[in-house]
Parts: sequence; C-alpha cells; structure tokens
Amino acid sequence: MNTFSPNKEGFYGEFGGAFVPEMLYPNVQELQNRYREIIETDDFQKEFRELMRDYVGRPTPLFYSKNLSEEHNAQIYLKREDLNHTGAHKINNTIGQILVAKKLNKKRIIAETGAGQHGVATATACALMGMKCVIYMGAVDIERQKPNVDRMKLLGAEVVSATSGSKTLKDATNEAIRAWINNPVDTHYIIGSVVGPHPYPDMVAMFQSVISEEIKVQLLEKTRNEDPDYVIACLGGGSNAIGAFYHFIDNNKTKLIAVEAGGEGVHSGKTAATIALGKRGIIHGSKTYLIQTEDGQVVEPHSISAGLDYPGIGPVHAYLNDTQKATVVSVTDQEALVAAKELSQKDGIIPALESAHALAYLKKMTFKKEDVVVINLSGRGDKDMATYQKHFKL
Amino acid sequence: MSTRIQSIFKRRDNILSVYFTAGYPALEDTLEIVKNLDAAGVDLIEIGMPFSDPLADGPVIQESSQQAIKNGMTIKLLFEQLKGLRDITEIPVVLMGYLNPVMQYGEEAFISKCAEVGVDGIILPDLPLDIYTKHWKTMCEKEGVSNIFLITPQSSVERIKAIDDASNAFVYVVSSNSITGSNKKFDRQTAYYKSIQQLELKNPTLIGFGIHDKETFESACTYSKGVIIGSAFIRHITAEGISKESIQEFVKNIKS
Ligand SMILES: Cc1ncc(COP(=O)(O)O)c(C=O)c1O
Repeated sequence: MNTFSPNKEGFYGEFGGAFVPEMLYPNVQELQNRYREIIETDDFQKEFRELMRDYVGRPTPLFYSKNLSEEHNAQIYLKREDLNHTGAHKINNTIGQILVAKKLNKKRIIAETGAGQHGVATATACALMGMKCVIYMGAVDIERQKPNVDRMKLLGAEVVSATSGSKTLKDATNEAIRAWINNPVDTHYIIGSVVGPHPYPDMVAMFQSVISEEIKVQLLEKTRNEDPDYVIACLGGGSNAIGAFYHFIDNNKTKLIAVEAGGEGVHSGKTAATIALGKRGIIHGSKTYLIQTEDGQVVEPHSISAGLDYPGIGPVHAYLNDTQKATVVSVTDQEALVAAKELSQKDGIIPALESAHALAYLKKMTFKKEDVVVINLSGRGDKDMATYQKHFKL
Repeated sequence: MSTRIQSIFKRRDNILSVYFTAGYPALEDTLEIVKNLDAAGVDLIEIGMPFSDPLADGPVIQESSQQAIKNGMTIKLLFEQLKGLRDITEIPVVLMGYLNPVMQYGEEAFISKCAEVGVDGIILPDLPLDIYTKHWKTMCEKEGVSNIFLITPQSSVERIKAIDDASNAFVYVVSSNSITGSNKKFDRQTAYYKSIQQLELKNPTLIGFGIHDKETFESACTYSKGVIIGSAFIRHITAEGISKESIQEFVKNIKS
C-alpha cells in the first residue's frame, strides 16, 4: 500500500511535522503511534477494501476521452472519481479514517468542510458506522454549497457554521481543531485533505493512494504500460492529487502536475495559488507553503471553487514542488468555468469546479500524439450547479 | 543569578498574571496597559502577539486579535513599543503568540529582540517540546529568555516531567480541556490540580484558562502559585476601557 512516506516525526524534507498546542498532543500522539499498525493489519485492509468495492463503488473507471484526445493531440484518460458514492474522492479517506476511529474506540466524529464534499463523505461514513457527526463549515460556504449542507443534515450530521475570519475552509478548520481541543477523549477529527499535523498528511495519502493503484492496473490493461506520461490533478489541500500521484512519484517517466486555483489571477489579490505566492510557514499544525502577509498573518484566499479556497497546501506537495518531483501550476476561475462547460458538452460529464481546474490546464500543454495523460476527475458538478447557473445563465 | 520570573515566584505567592492582546483596543495602548496593570498590583504580564488563526483561543481573544491586526499591530511594531518597557515596570513580562508570525520575523532575531527590550519569557502554544529542544533551547538559554510550556489534564506524568525538565520559569497548567475563555466546571478540576501538586515539580505552576473571578482565583491558588487571566480581562477592558481606575477595579475584584 505504501511507497512514499514522511520520516518518523512526519517531515517530508523540511515540511510537515506536528506543530500542535499541548492540548492536542495526546490525541495526535496516539494517532502517530497507532495509525500504521492499525492500517497495515490484514483485518483492516480486508474491511477497507470491501467497503471501497461494495459501498463506494471502486474501482472507479478510467475513461478514454476520444474528444479530449483529439482536441489536445494526446491519449487522454479521465480517472472517474466523480463516480464514487457521494460524488468525489473524499469518501476514500473518510471510510478509512472512520475505521481507524473505531479501532481507537472513538464515539464521535468531527470534520471541517469547504465545498461540502468532505462533510458529506464524513456524514455518510458516520451514518454507515453509527457514529455521531458534527461538521464545521464556513458561513460563506454554507451559502454557496447549500445542497451539500442539506445532504449532511439528511444524513444525520449536525452542521456548525464557522463565523470567524474569512468564513471559509481555513476558518472551518480552525473551528474543528478548537472543537477537538474541547473534546479530546471521545472524539476523532477526520481531516479532509493531506493537511494538518502528522500523521494526517500521511494517513490521508495512504487512503487516497487507491486512486493511483487502480490507474496502474487500468493503464496496464488498456495501454500495456502501467505508467502514464502525465498525471494532472487539482490541488486544494492536495488529497486527490497525492492519491493520483502516489504510485508514480518514484518513477522517472511520469510527470506530475498539480493545478492550483488562480482565482481572478495570481497577482489579482484574489487567489488561492499557494505555491505561486506562498512563503514557508505554519498552518493547522504543519510546516508548508502558506499565503501570508510579511508579518505572518494568513491571507484570506479566493477561488470560485470552495474546495480549493485554502491558503496552504499539504506539506507533501510543498516537498514535491521543492524537489521538482511535481510541477505546480494554476488556472483562473474563468478558465475552470470554460473547461467545465466543455467537458459537459463534449463528453457528457459535468465536473466539479475543483476538477475543472485540472481539465483547464490541458489547454496550456503541448503533447506528443502518443503521450498518455491521466486527468484525475476528482468530483462531479452537482454541488456547483448554482455557480454554473449563474455564470452560464442557464 | 535568578531571572525576573524566578525571583517574583520566590518573593510572592498567589501570583496574578494578566494577559492582553497587543494593539487592542487601540494600536498604541500597549505600554499604557502595562503601566496600569503594574500600578494595580499584578505580578506578571503576558502580552499577546495577535495572529489571524489562533487555534488555542476562544472567541474573546480571537476577536481582540482580529481587531489588533486591523489596527496595524505587528511583532516589529510591538518591539518598537516595548523599547520603553523597562522604564515603566520591573515585573516580569512574557510574550504569547503563535509560531507563524514569529517564524516570519525570524526565530533568532525574535529571541534576541526579546532579551534586548527586557521581555523575560515566551509562550508559543504551537511550538512543540521536541522542536523547542532541537532548535530553540540553545538560543533561548543564550539570551536568557525562558520558554513556558502548557500542560493539560490529558498530559501524561511522563510528559509533564519532561516539560518540567525543559522549563526554567513556570509551567502553565491549562485548567481543563479547552480553548481560552471557556467556563467549563472549574471545581471539577480540583482532583487534577491536586495530582499536579503532588508531582512536586521543580518549577512553580500557574493555572490558566477559564479563571475569571475571585472565587476561581482563590481556589486555583490553593493548588498552585497563582493564575493567568486573559479573556476575562479583555472583556473588562472592552467594556470599561484601559484607564488606571478601570484596571485597578478589575484587579481588586480578583485579588484584594
Ligand atoms: C471534487 C473535489 N476536488 C478537489 C477538492 C480539493 O481537495 P484536495 O486538494 O484535498 O483533493 C475538493 C475539496 O472539497 C473536492 O470536493
């Protein structure tokens, strides 16, 4: 299951670690001491794999898009994470973590959410496992992702509005961490991306690595070569990207491209392009790149897609960027919208706005005809219909 | 030679340490508040360096931090203001804040600046013990700036002893599993305080988080050398202002 991991203290090079207040230390330490031992048992793997297959609907298809391939003069495949139960890759992680939480005898789950996809995936896992579930969501996101709020409620979760700061994903994460400090004994915090203190980045990456594991098998079958020339994924915190990259990180062939949210443009002041603008810093318990002022105050980001509206990135991506094992680029809100419309009309697939960022980058690439390119289509666009309606005047 | 912090703990019992956020209510209030706290008889002052994402803090300190940032407070400016610190007070002063702004200022520059203006210690809740030991201890000791650690009801005895060993000022006992400003049942914590007392740590302890009146102050003092008050003080100056009289009244209601 594992080829790529941080050191014992959770560092990928200089990035990562566990910079948590003492109030969280026992919880984080318990997880650090036990996550690998729990995840690597045969029992755990059996249960996780069965749920992935029978409940989530894995493996997800790898779809050869004739239309995109012709347009971009390459062999383009879409990894259909949008076809997972609940509509995105997020559920790979929530199922994994809830099984860990059960092994740790936790009775209650909390989580943060941006687009609401992670919140829905968490609420779903909690319903399945009979756990109490509280989701923290920024007040702004509650507005713009209403269908997902209703879904969480229908699934039995309590949704708490985060009203501090920019009222988006960063603040929902702050509130979830504070809630964990206030309930350290019976509660497990399911972080939704490869962010947060060690061992979260590694644990979430392990669960999401199923994406590249499947791509390898599927490509071998379709092209007789398991390693593509390119993998392209959108980058918020970085969980779908690391999942799609994981088993290709150490080969010299596959070029890994992570696409950040440029917002209204990297230099517009309204952006979430962390690598483009960020400096080293500490956010939510780990050292990474971070969009911040000269004085170290975190800057409120902007992206049309709530799931990418985050001022940091997972420490593993900071590391992959600095060691040139991956290339981090960005596209704007507008470019993502165009790509979403094109995929809808050419291939009959309505992508999530987050995933549309990965698609939009195709236009900026030049390929060779025989290049095999995998786009990780991290989620579907149902949750974004209000935004699409507004911009396309449907 | 003992430090200002060590010496106050030798000379006084029932220590009242008060926290406020630098740059709040107004940008230039810092030294005025220090002066008035000193005059009102507090024993130790904690000055908060505002951060946009204060993970361990409740709404009161979050809001004061946001306002302070809006007012223009930065670590650079705070050190400018603190140039006059040792002209107006002799009691120990510590800075409290989060790692990220300190990192951007530069860790070493930060510690030497603390020493230069007469700041005695630092509290950085998200600076973990192992990172402190590896990267901070030497420079803190060289400059004579004490790092102060938190312990909580969840901390194991082993962990508490390691923290005590790494400390040379006092140990900050978080009264319950909570962020600042919460009023979880204080009295339910007495068994916990007793257990800390029985560990006979080499450093004195101060109890913090949720202390807000005479009763909680006195109760905490039976198990420790004193308390730290933050949110309650910020609430008070928000309502009553930072004048000498206002601050005197606040302190009198806690410790008289
Ligand atoms: C469909 C989809 N893709 C991507 C993301 C971004 O998260 P990550 O970078 O962790 O994959 C989200 C987050 O909500 C999402 O819903």
